[in-house]
Amino acid sequence: MKEVVINPITRLEGHGKIVIILDDAGNCVKAYLQVPELRGFEIFAIGRHAEDMPQITSRICGVCPTAHHMASTKALDDLYKVEPPEPAKKIREMFYNIFMLEDHALHFYILAGPDFIVGPKAPKEERNVVGVIKKVGTEVGLRIIQTRKKLRKLLETIGGKTIHPVLGLPGGISKPLSQEVVETARKVSEEAVQFAEFTYKVFKDVVLANKEYVDLITSEAYTHRTYYMGLVDEKNRVNFYDGKLRVVSPRGIEHAKFDVHQYLDYIAEHVEPWTYIKFPYLKKIGWKGLIDGEDSGVMSVAPLARLNAADGMATPRAQEAYEEMYQILGGKPVHHTLANHWARVIEIIYAAERFRELAHDPDIESKEVRNLPTATPEEGIGVVEAPRGTLIHHYQTDQNGVIKKANLLVATQHNAARIALSVDKAARNLVKAGQIEQGILNMVEMAFRSYDPCHACGTHSLPGGLSVKFYLYDTNGQLLRVVDSEELI
Amino acid sequence: MNQNFEPKIIAFLCNWCSYAALDLAGTSRMKYPPNFLVVRVMCSGRVDPQFVLEAFRRGADGVLVAGCHPGDCHYIEGNIKTLRRMTLLKRMLEEFGIEKERFRLEWISAAEADKFVKVANEMFEQIKALGPLKLKEVNTHE
Amino acid sequence: MNKPKIALYWCASCGGCEEAQVDLAEKILDLVNLVDIVFWPVAMDYKLEDVEKLPDGSITASLINGGIRLSEHEYVVKLLRKKSKLVVAYGACSAWGGVPGLANLYSREEILKYVYHEAPTVENPQKIQPQLKIKAEEGATLELPEVFPRLLPLDLVVDVDYYIPGCPPTPDVTWKAIETLLSGNLPAKGSVLGALDKSLCYDCPLNETKPEKVLIKDIKRPHEVIADPSKCLLTQGLMCLGPVTRGGCGALCIKAAMPCTGCFGPLNEVMDYGGKAASYFASIIDYSDEEEIKKVLGKILDPMGIFYRYSLPASRLRGKITVMRR
Ligand code: SF4
Ligand code: SF4
Ligand code: SF4
Ligand code: FES
Repeated sequence: MKEVVINPITRLEGHGKIVIILDDAGNCVKAYLQVPELRGFEIFAIGRHAEDMPQITSRICGVCPTAHHMASTKALDDLYKVEPPEPAKKIREMFYNIFMLEDHALHFYILAGPDFIVGPKAPKEERNVVGVIKKVGTEVGLRIIQTRKKLRKLLETIGGKTIHPVLGLPGGISKPLSQEVVETARKVSEEAVQFAEFTYKVFKDVVLANKEYVDLITSEAYTHRTYYMGLVDEKNRVNFYDGKLRVVSPRGIEHAKFDVHQYLDYIAEHVEPWTYIKFPYLKKIGWKGLIDGEDSGVMSVAPLARLNAADGMATPRAQEAYEEMYQILGGKPVHHTLANHWARVIEIIYAAERFRELAHDPDIESKEVRNLPTATPEEGIGVVEAPRGTLIHHYQTDQNGVIKKANLLVATQHNAARIALSVDKAARNLVKAGQIEQGILNMVEMAFRSYDPCHACGTHSLPGGLSVKFYLYDTNGQLLRVVDSEELI
Repeated sequence: MNQNFEPKIIAFLCNWCSYAALDLAGTSRMKYPPNFLVVRVMCSGRVDPQFVLEAFRRGADGVLVAGCHPGDCHYIEGNIKTLRRMTLLKRMLEEFGIEKERFRLEWISAAEADKFVKVANEMFEQIKALGPLKLKEVNTHE
Repeated sequence: MNKPKIALYWCASCGGCEEAQVDLAEKILDLVNLVDIVFWPVAMDYKLEDVEKLPDGSITASLINGGIRLSEHEYVVKLLRKKSKLVVAYGACSAWGGVPGLANLYSREEILKYVYHEAPTVENPQKIQPQLKIKAEEGATLELPEVFPRLLPLDLVVDVDYYIPGCPPTPDVTWKAIETLLSGNLPAKGSVLGALDKSLCYDCPLNETKPEKVLIKDIKRPHEVIADPSKCLLTQGLMCLGPVTRGGCGALCIKAAMPCTGCFGPLNEVMDYGGKAASYFASIIDYSDEEEIKKVLGKILDPMGIFYRYSLPASRLRGKITVMRR
């Protein structure tokens, strides 16, 4: 029995580690993805004023602080049984869509872009944002940077801070929008829609026009038949801010549709002794281990899962793109992990269109953005779709609104089992007879990236390539040799 | 309980009243435990909660802050500010896991040597029963 | 001419500090012209071995964010200390522990117990818990790094030369700090870079509505009132930490009508931010009667989370003394 450890020593320092186990013939029998991270937010939430939670929990992730902030704020509405005024809801949703757009754009162009725009086989030195700019042109490159900057500035004006916003309060938001901000939002939203359409064009020209990429997307190595979960509106269309949770089976049949208040009936978490991350699964099916298929409770979230779990998009251009994707990939649901990138672009279009819709809604000019709570707090649950999938915050408090208990189901966690499956599958396909094939690093890396897991999204920012090391062990756990990823690429 | 444990108690005493009370206790040969390290301040209002925290940090097993009775402060409101501050500090100390017997705020006038002695004896007994404050054990990196 | 070398590293970080650095946007290009970035795991491919190979003291400055929670963090920051002339704590977590530092109110065991056994979603009849070392079914041994019992600010692990405040520091503050570091005209060791030497109030657009001496009769929690965004929030009874917090952020929260929670940390000469902040707030309560004082202060049900939001591990006591004897 031999053991290979892929320890992403720089990029994923303290955030992820892959161990590959070989049988006596040197073939991979199993690969483990270990997440060595534990911070205890749920525990130190206890004792805090509930109204501070939107700002405290945003510190779980500085890449998607707005998702935590919003899920938490919605949990506070529920805790205090207070409905925000319509304008406040619209401003929140607009704010949220600006964030989704900006975050997805970051991922598409900067994190995953190098793989697709520059090309998975391009030399390493080019697989970075500079390479992306070279490929799309400086003008376009600047446009990406500037659009993102404008969106982030707008987030700051509305939310106080771009990273760790402060606007959320039970029953609404802290401050109405000034006329000036409303004008800016309207202007920026037009640019955002153009930017989204342009992004779709880039995706089509560069990715879809290239058969090699399409083959890669549809290749079996990246395919897992799992359940999919996402928020949908009353017409079963994707919604990031609110709605019901819908789960579809690997065959595309509705498994469940529920209000987030019932999440405990549908979702449970499994613990494994070899990683700090927990594995959520569908409770009605049960934990059958790290396997895919109809009989396994393993589910997945994030862009592709959201699209799979819904019947369509609520805005016209996004709907067109939605139909196009399913038509090309042969109907619903799509099981190809790498199609997450495609789904993400469709969501970029939706976020931009929704942003424009809400920016032009006269309601956002209203000064009525808060209802003060009057009810005695006890329990509150909030949900949003984070860029990386369904995010649930659940609090219990005493009658003074001090947290007694908190439960947080974070997006990346819902995907943990499927990510583990991807890593295992890539390793089994590519580690044979003691040989670590070149492709493995990139395969694992690409599987990883398509989910954009939180701990990794922060780790792949500019140039591509997980900097990793393989540790080869013999049966007795003796280190035989160390293979540097550089030697393999 | 460790019988040999000699608690270290820091006493911040106002010059005009509580310090005088301690003096009086001394000259009257009243008996009180020798474990008190006295810091004389011009007014209890001078005692910042940070001083109390620092005292615990540096190994105190207990802290006493004493000043003039309300209305008698030489700086008019100094002791009222102390009262406000220490009221909040007390709650925070408990959240830090410091038992409430380890910290006391008392009003002791210059004439109340007996009160000083009583407070000092009580604190000494209670803290001795609690044992030392084991800050170092938790803070492994210091 | 050799450009100065800079290293950027993250420990137990939320990634927000990295995002803040990326938000330098075009300025990043200026930075790249001015310095050689020799290590930046979030963005560049240089590895630890490359740092190990550098001569001692050859990095001009290492900017480190995130608190220290794992042995790995300790290893890397000690290495960077050796290789760098200057070590700079970047952001609240690195400088004082930050929000994740509130975990120091609980023991590691309490965290493990809740997360793996008591959380309402957990189904764990076999009482499985992650192990530092475990033999997998297939025979190999899987190891997880040890989580330190407490989260530590950087300066409890290595010697720190400067601090850049904020959660996260704004791009403006970051840039000013970098300019200072590269100017060759270095301030005294231990200084805070990029921000003001005055309190946030000096930087706050509402300061002119704040009276010389603030006294309040009642404390309001943010969800209880609709704040008037044109009037000093403190005078409206909201716990704005502006008076005891370092200025320099541009009063971001205040502009959104929310009180400052203190992410820029203490002013010079303050040894315990939470102690200082509590002291300030208690002293402006406009009552002299003990019961009244208790009643008003009683509205603050979470003094630790409010006054030590970003700095518990750097407080005099570092966190909860868990070895309670009763
Ligand atoms: S200081 Fe704030 S932004 Fe930076 S890592 Fe810590 S929590 Fe995140
Ligand atoms: S107390 Fe707060 S709102 Fe008032 S002036 Fe200072 S920072 Fe501004
Ligand atoms: S107002 Fe206070 S909490 Fe908000 S960014 Fe500034 S220093 Fe930080
Ligand atoms: S002078 Fe004694 S307390 Fe102020």
